[in-house]
Amino acid sequence: MTITTGYIISALLLFGIGMNGLMTCSHQLRKILAVNLMASGVFLILIVTGFGTDGSAIDHVPHAMVLTGIVISVSTTALALTLACRIQQRLNRSADETAEGNDDD
Amino acid sequence: MIEPASLAPWLIIIPLAGGLLAFLLPSRSVLIGLSATVANGLLALAITFYSINTIPLEYALGGWPPPAGILLRIDGLTLVMLTMTAITGLAISIYAQGYFPARIGSGNGVSRHGPQQDFFWPLWLMLLAGLNGLFLAGDLFNLYVTLEVTALAAVALTALSGKHTSEVAALRYLLVSLLGSLSYLFGTVLLYRACHVLHLATLGALIVSSPVVWSGLALITVGLLLKTALFPMHFWLPPAHVNALTPVSAILSALVIKASFYLIFRFWGDVFMRILPLGGYSLLGGLGAAAVLWGGIQALRQKRLKMLIAYSTVAQLGYLFIALPIIRHDAGPSSRFALVYLIISHAGAKAAMFLAAGNVFLHFGHDRINELAGVKDALPMTSFALAVAGVSLMGLPPSGGFIGKWLLLTASFASGQWWWGIILIAGSLLAVAYIYRVVRHLFTKAPGPSSGKRQVARTMEASSLFLAVLSLVMGIFAPLVSKLIASDAVSLASLLAGVVP
Repeated sequence: MTITTGYIISALLLFGIGMNGLMTCSHQLRKILAVNLMASGVFLILIVTGFGTDGSAIDHVPHAMVLTGIVISVSTTALALTLACRIQQRLNRSADETAEGNDDD
Repeated sequence: MIEPASLAPWLIIIPLAGGLLAFLLPSRSVLIGLSATVANGLLALAITFYSINTIPLEYALGGWPPPAGILLRIDGLTLVMLTMTAITGLAISIYAQGYFPARIGSGNGVSRHGPQQDFFWPLWLMLLAGLNGLFLAGDLFNLYVTLEVTALAAVALTALSGKHTSEVAALRYLLVSLLGSLSYLFGTVLLYRACHVLHLATLGALIVSSPVVWSGLALITVGLLLKTALFPMHFWLPPAHVNALTPVSAILSALVIKASFYLIFRFWGDVFMRILPLGGYSLLGGLGAAAVLWGGIQALRQKRLKMLIAYSTVAQLGYLFIALPIIRHDAGPSSRFALVYLIISHAGAKAAMFLAAGNVFLHFGHDRINELAGVKDALPMTSFALAVAGVSLMGLPPSGGFIGKWLLLTASFASGQWWWGIILIAGSLLAVAYIYRVVRHLFTKAPGPSSGKRQVARTMEASSLFLAVLSLVMGIFAPLVSKLIASDAVSLASLLAGVVP
């Protein structure tokens, strides 16, 4: 019981820290990390839901949900990172171009 | 005879397989995309007509029962949403078939527009698979999965134009969407902890009030509101919808937004209606009212046609939320029917408007509202489509928008909630004002000779007009839709009566 409570509190903390990060951080990479932290919080609470408290059998449904959730989280993170990279590359390129433009003058 | 429920998985398989094929064979992607959307449309119509007398139906995928297996569920609302998506999607596909060649052929930036076409079809078909899966899913977790599939494809489509602004908008859309879906997943976990079931109908019957259930429902609702862009959480919508390519804007505004609203309707108007507090309904209705007014005023202030249409989406979403408290207090199925009518007529009208705006942009190279004079002569069908879709958004008879608003208005006065009726009327007046701003310019003569840049294919004008006219004459489908929704109301009543003593 106490272990379960501990896990749940940690999960809530992870979710909360992640949400705070997503709202307050301005850097895109930090935002993406923050979302992953939130996801970890949800997954932790799912795993805790799965293991049998007071000796009852393990519930497999939440475990199946965690596996699916992790796959989804990997793909969303990949898409977010790709977008963030493209945005940053374009910003770098336009910064270079302005720098070169200044050289020409 | 074939069991109609056994056809349901094909609504997911066909677009999914089509999407993979279109990705593997980019040279054939247009053909594959069109065939898949046509097949999807025929299948959706077939399922609707075969199962109309036998709903609700359930189908366990591969014969595996829940909780391990995936359960598909078909009821009246599902059928309406599937058909709406299929028909709107087909018209948008026909538009897209002309749109990309027109942009590639225009000379500038061939390198950019070729890949756009190659990626559009796989992503759009994936999105279609996600949407169909979402409408068919019968349990909380599969709803989460299909919600994510839809969102991933939608974000990738948003970024497709390759412009910096659309990439920034896409990343913001993705982060907001993830915040929403993780919140939804968290809520799902809490409900599972409390009830140990995911199956929606069982959950609706079993659920009892407790702090865990309340937190779960609150998290689910807030997550979905964020994804539906309800005021004041609409900030991400206009940039994402406006900076996308034309067919994508239409898909996002007409269909994707409806997916997360469908879930809110499913939960607040059906599964959890028994235990959700009345105050919650009033709150959602109040936010909806604010959205109607704020979206309408913002639409009035926009200088660009696409921006005006996007803010009109913010406003029209508000109506859908105003309907929730009216449904809660109205015993009969008529307000429920009104909401469904608003959903489908907005899908047709809004897709038509975005497609028409795309034609204007393609032809003139801009969409500044004050410089739209002469559109009527250059693009007659497009101007007509804009005007007709506008009539449906305003809610003039005989459009679908009129039927929806009229029934809601009647129900709001009948159930003693006249204040929602006043918002409905105020919103319609705002819509009249912002649609008039566009239409006024459309039908004036151009000051100089026409400055058209590009030819717009007839199919592109026609698909926009088709959707606009469809949303105008939607009244002819009223008996069919009302039959579907009435059968839902019967099963809802038995759900409510079976548990509440």
